[in-house]
Amino acid sequence: MTDLSTTYLGLKLKNPLVASASPLSKKVETARQLEEAGISAIVMYSLFEEQIIHESLELDHYLSRGTDSFAEALTYLPDGGMYAVSPEKYLNQLTAMKKALKIPVIASLNGVSKGGWTSYAKKMQEAGADALELNLYYLATDPNMTSNDVENAQVELVAEVKSAISIPLAVKLSPYITALPNFAKRIVAAGASGLVLFNRFYQPDFDLDELSVVPNLELSSSSDLRLPLRWISIMHGNIHADYALSSGVHTAVDVLKSMMAGAKVSMMTSNLLHHGGKIIPTMLEELQTWMKEREYESIKQMQGSMSQRNVREPAAFERANYMKVLSSWRELP
Amino acid sequence: MKQPVIMIDGNEATASVAHRSNEVIAIYPITPSSGMGEFSDEWSSKGKKNIWGTTPLVVEMQSEGGAAGTVHGALQTGALTTTFTASQGLLLMIPNMYKIAGELTSTVFHVAARALASHALSIYGDHQDVMAVRQTGWALLSSDSVQEAQDFAAIAQAATLKSRIPFVHFFDGFRTSHEVTKILQLTDEELRLMLDDDLIRAHRARGLTPENPVLRGTAQNPDVYFQMREASNPYYTATPAITQEMMDKFAKVTGRHYNLFDYSGHADAERVIIVMGSGGEVVDETVTYLAKKGEKVGCLRVRLYRPFSVEHFIKALPKSVKSIAVLDRTKEPGSMGEPLYMDIVNALSEGKRSEIKVIGGRYGLSSKEFTPAMTKAVFDELAKPEPKNHFTVGINDDVSHTSLKVDSSFSLESEGMVSCVFFGLGSDGTVGANKNSIKIIGEETDNFAQGYFYYDSKKSGTVTISHLRFGPQAIRAPYLIEANQANFVACHQYAFLERVDMLKYAKEGAIFLLNSMYGPDEIWDQLPKEVQKDIIEKKLKFHVINGYEVAEKTGMGGRMNTIMQTAFFAISGILPKEAAIEQIKHAIEKSYGKRGEAVVKKNFEAVDATVANIYEVKVPAKVNSKTTRRLPVPKEAPEFVRDVLGQIIDSDGDNIPVSAFPVDGTFPTGTTQWEKRNLALEIPVWDADICIQCGKCVMVCPHAVIRHKVYDEKLLAKAPESFKHTPSKFKEFSTGFAYTVQVAPEDCTGCTLCVEVCPVKNKTQVGRKAINMEAQPPLREAEVKNWDFFMEIPDMDRKLFNPSTIKNSQLLRPLFEFSGACAGCGETPYVKLVSQLFGDHAVIANATGCSSIYGGNLPTTPWAKNADGRGPAWSNSLFEDNAEFGLGMRLTIDKQTEYAHELVKSFETELSTELVNALLSANQTDEAGIQAQRERVVELKKKLSKSSDTRAKDLISLADNLVKKSVWIIGGDGWAYDIGYGGLDHVLASGRNVNVLVLDTEVYSNTGGQASKSTPRAAVAKFAMSGKGLPKKDLGLIAMSYGYVYVARVAMGANDQQTLRALLEAESYDGPSLIIAYSPCIAHGYDMARSLDQTKLAVQSGHWPMYRYDPRLAIEGQNPLVIEAKEPSIPMSQYAYNETRYKMLTQMNEERAEELMKEAQHDAKARWTLYQQMASMHYGNEEKKS
Repeated sequence: MTDLSTTYLGLKLKNPLVASASPLSKKVETARQLEEAGISAIVMYSLFEEQIIHESLELDHYLSRGTDSFAEALTYLPDGGMYAVSPEKYLNQLTAMKKALKIPVIASLNGVSKGGWTSYAKKMQEAGADALELNLYYLATDPNMTSNDVENAQVELVAEVKSAISIPLAVKLSPYITALPNFAKRIVAAGASGLVLFNRFYQPDFDLDELSVVPNLELSSSSDLRLPLRWISIMHGNIHADYALSSGVHTAVDVLKSMMAGAKVSMMTSNLLHHGGKIIPTMLEELQTWMKEREYESIKQMQGSMSQRNVREPAAFERANYMKVLSSWRELP
Repeated sequence: MKQPVIMIDGNEATASVAHRSNEVIAIYPITPSSGMGEFSDEWSSKGKKNIWGTTPLVVEMQSEGGAAGTVHGALQTGALTTTFTASQGLLLMIPNMYKIAGELTSTVFHVAARALASHALSIYGDHQDVMAVRQTGWALLSSDSVQEAQDFAAIAQAATLKSRIPFVHFFDGFRTSHEVTKILQLTDEELRLMLDDDLIRAHRARGLTPENPVLRGTAQNPDVYFQMREASNPYYTATPAITQEMMDKFAKVTGRHYNLFDYSGHADAERVIIVMGSGGEVVDETVTYLAKKGEKVGCLRVRLYRPFSVEHFIKALPKSVKSIAVLDRTKEPGSMGEPLYMDIVNALSEGKRSEIKVIGGRYGLSSKEFTPAMTKAVFDELAKPEPKNHFTVGINDDVSHTSLKVDSSFSLESEGMVSCVFFGLGSDGTVGANKNSIKIIGEETDNFAQGYFYYDSKKSGTVTISHLRFGPQAIRAPYLIEANQANFVACHQYAFLERVDMLKYAKEGAIFLLNSMYGPDEIWDQLPKEVQKDIIEKKLKFHVINGYEVAEKTGMGGRMNTIMQTAFFAISGILPKEAAIEQIKHAIEKSYGKRGEAVVKKNFEAVDATVANIYEVKVPAKVNSKTTRRLPVPKEAPEFVRDVLGQIIDSDGDNIPVSAFPVDGTFPTGTTQWEKRNLALEIPVWDADICIQCGKCVMVCPHAVIRHKVYDEKLLAKAPESFKHTPSKFKEFSTGFAYTVQVAPEDCTGCTLCVEVCPVKNKTQVGRKAINMEAQPPLREAEVKNWDFFMEIPDMDRKLFNPSTIKNSQLLRPLFEFSGACAGCGETPYVKLVSQLFGDHAVIANATGCSSIYGGNLPTTPWAKNADGRGPAWSNSLFEDNAEFGLGMRLTIDKQTEYAHELVKSFETELSTELVNALLSANQTDEAGIQAQRERVVELKKKLSKSSDTRAKDLISLADNLVKKSVWIIGGDGWAYDIGYGGLDHVLASGRNVNVLVLDTEVYSNTGGQASKSTPRAAVAKFAMSGKGLPKKDLGLIAMSYGYVYVARVAMGANDQQTLRALLEAESYDGPSLIIAYSPCIAHGYDMARSLDQTKLAVQSGHWPMYRYDPRLAIEGQNPLVIEAKEPSIPMSQYAYNETRYKMLTQMNEERAEELMKEAQHDAKARWTLYQQMASMHYGNEEKKS
């Protein structure tokens, strides 16, 4: 029997298939089904800073609006003060997940600004999270803001969150960083034990009938694997962290590739949203078969085996390779 | 043990006792008692227990009649049961009250006593309602204050259990129900001690049970009914002593002692006022003052009014008394005197004190102020040799000359009392902040404190006045702070300076705090003359704060609450600054903590930013302003509007004499046009170059402030320079016609719906449309002129175009304009459309609710007239009877038309055969036909004008009925689905030609968002705090089942053309029509500017399937049902979770929210499937169907 186990953020996992942050973790029942199907860990859906603030201000706005204005209707909505705005709801769900599942549960926090965050991180730890994934997302639109400003703020945020918790911290990165390895190095130095590559963003689209801007999120495909594959390969061994590959994992082959690039786990969202948990046993079986056929004993054995420093053509991961690809492409007759 | 002290209002104090001492509570919302039901529902949904450890069952009924019936049933089966009500609600309970009393059943109804609708509705307090039940056999126990409301709730409960006589426990609506004051809290232990377990078990044992069957509710004959009516007499005889016994027991338990009649004042009083309710506090306070000065005066407060104990009364009255004035807070036209007066006269006679001279008078109707000065006036009257009987006090009755002269300079100064008056906008949170402030003062200092809050009658742009008092002595002043009495006056909105005389409240040396965008050095020159004068003459300490800037910087938006509250504490010095800030922050955490940290943080930042921004203004010695305060209405307004309505607008209605008013409640229409409220900071601006002249902006405007006209371009010769126009694109009016979209800049509320609905996007800047919002102040002056000119342009002749398209329909003049409805109101666009299409020949019956309030609340009415002086004739009867009321209107019109037809036939010689035939066979299905008939009627009147034949005179008086009349029955879902449903059903079944428009907000909007049967599953509403668990009633489906009722379900925001078509069809159908209109409401909890999109989602999700059901099609062999929405294409949740009413359940109970949403999804699907099946049924001639 080949050994599929891996270690991520100090957590011993029975295989490298991890469910990444998605709505699938909003229900304990779905999470249990994933566990039964064989997933090794679950990253919970993200607690968004923007969402918390928005929900809080929105609730306040609509509960306050129109109040104390008209003698017959001093309020318009019942206000029993029994609300659980996001953090509480999230923490309750986390507790419920921990109670229902045997596999590790990684909490996920999505924010950009300092202040207040440490308390959520701490509460997640208290609610039983086995680790924390911090999702750094910031779209710098202000022309006066430099990349340094952005990166410094994010590094500080990581340090601040890490100082508040004792469980391992992973940081989910954006691919849109000019000097990714340097930034990753700083993030690790600030306290991250793991790096999750990469975050996927909503990219707005235009509706030409309505002449309006519309949000749009497309699910990933295997071709999306290549970007994180490249960067994990480049950083593996250079920046010491546990890597999670989190874009474009759809098949056992994708998992194998991510392991060979140097990832400790392969995270899936699109695939699970699309097919549900039933895809997991198939993938695990295919993994086993592939490894058995090629006489791999364990996943650990292959982890990082095709990272930049372990391949014969390290330049393949760099610009030279880009030139090669272009020149190799030719028009068909 | 020290008793807990709380700041609380009368409703909460009473409900707290009721909830803790009952098992079943049946409720129905009615102002001002709704709060008691809301608290009970909230507590039960949170699982709060009564004193026996079980959570009372709270159930909302369809009407107060229903609540009373349910209470009766619950009592009959042995539960401790209660209800809360007021006004018409109590009247609806009367039939059951007789039964409950006749069966000697222990219960207490808690009543926030309120005026009754007679010449007009009033939500405010007096005793007309409770006096209307004094004959039912119930005990009537009156509380004078918030403390007593709590205490008497417990005493009544104890007394009813022992006496078996049911009790009405009442207190003054608003004055006591809504006053926030400091009281000693009745603890669970104390309440427990008051209620005897054996009596409760005895009550339970009398309940109906098949284990021990009995029968109640027999029918009796002349032989025995009378005797049995007398059989319960001993119980009534015993009740006063039992009540006193419970009052004595209460005194032992709590230390607070009450009597059936409480006397206070001079021990040898010669002049005494007898009074009941909060007025007793005023008389008592005044008597204390006068008696100290040696005047032999006294006050006798009546607590237990029924059963009236002559014995206790005579005992309480000092022997020295020579004359008595009895004050009644009610009116009984035609009687020899008001009820309390009559009872006192009788009691003195039976009690052998008939030597005492007695006069009676009325005071305080509809919460009219009752003050120490008025009390003094009554005592002065009593001192006269021939005092006036049947007087009034508090008004100037220059018609019947009943009123007493009041020396308004008389007032009671309480030592150390501080009085503060705050002017705010409803939306800026001023009242909420002051409720917080008074709580802080009352609970965190040794001061006694009192807060009372005044609101004007509008739903948007409301001016609120908060009256706060505090001081070291108990506050017993159930009246507003009077002129020259305030130590602190705050103006939270700069714009009020030009229209409100707020400094009249300030006493000499008071503090005046102004929220101003001008700093301490600039402000003086900006003040109107009157304000400068008051500041100088009253030597006011004047402070400014730029609260707008602080709010902007700290993300508070338009909410001034926290900022102005902080400024108040910072300047007034009630608490040391640091301690005050700590308390404010503590209150913020308490109030907003559950809403999330961001809210708390935002408020904390506002507190911190405020202190540094308060400045004292150096007051110059002289007035130098050139501006004066604005007139409430322009000089050119009609006399009645200027002299009467104008005075009401100017907050001086109290000083209008009786003679100025109509005797029967009849008012002129078209008066909102004179009340320029100038609310919008931004108004829509028309881009003539890209406008496609579709009229959608005009149609959607809730306040009729944006209009379009097509007109002869020659008229532009006299147009103001900035008046915009463009060539008309109307096919009926092309060459030679100009087109303009114009906005009324001072009437707009800035809701932005017109911008949202505009389908045009600027090609070079897609964010801009053919209508865009721009700052109002720079536009105001020019646009006022443009609007005036626009209104002078004649409306297009209605017969020259077909109104069945949106753009054409909007050429019809709105005869419903500038209402006080909420900004972005989802009801008024429908009402306005009805006024445009049919207003010049419509009679409207309007159910009580939002539409009757924004439609008919003084001072002004939005119902208007066209250039010919025609327009909707409108009336509101009650909440429950509107369909029947409208049917009555139809019957009159039908009968009188029939009679007119008969008369016309008999005057063939005088009128000519041709005219008679034309009159009798006129086709009035379109505008041309109606206009032609009007001309014939003019001719008829002319021809018969000189006839001395009485039948000719009759015909002239009836001839207007020869012109088609359109009867509209309008109301909300609370009326149509709940309280008025029985009547509505009957009226629809009658087959008569009435048009029913249901403005369906899916909630009782006017009373503050209580659930109705229209409330959808999964939505949270008051009385459905844990989310409504059952689906929305399908009123349309029920109506369709008759087969001869025209039914349409419309949603203007989703399909305006369908709405227009449905209204035209409904009106053209010679039978009953029902239109159920989706009406976005602020009670749904989302940005009203998005209501059009949200309405579309409601339709797309299947929540609101649009259809028309036209019985005429069935007659032609076609399926009458046409569904005008596509199959649900989005999940319910996508629509629902944009609205707080649904979303908040996910924040309260996610699991239940999910479950209910799943069921709501199922509801939508099932409804769609059913309608599909109905619409596909064969009626025999389907191929003709369009």
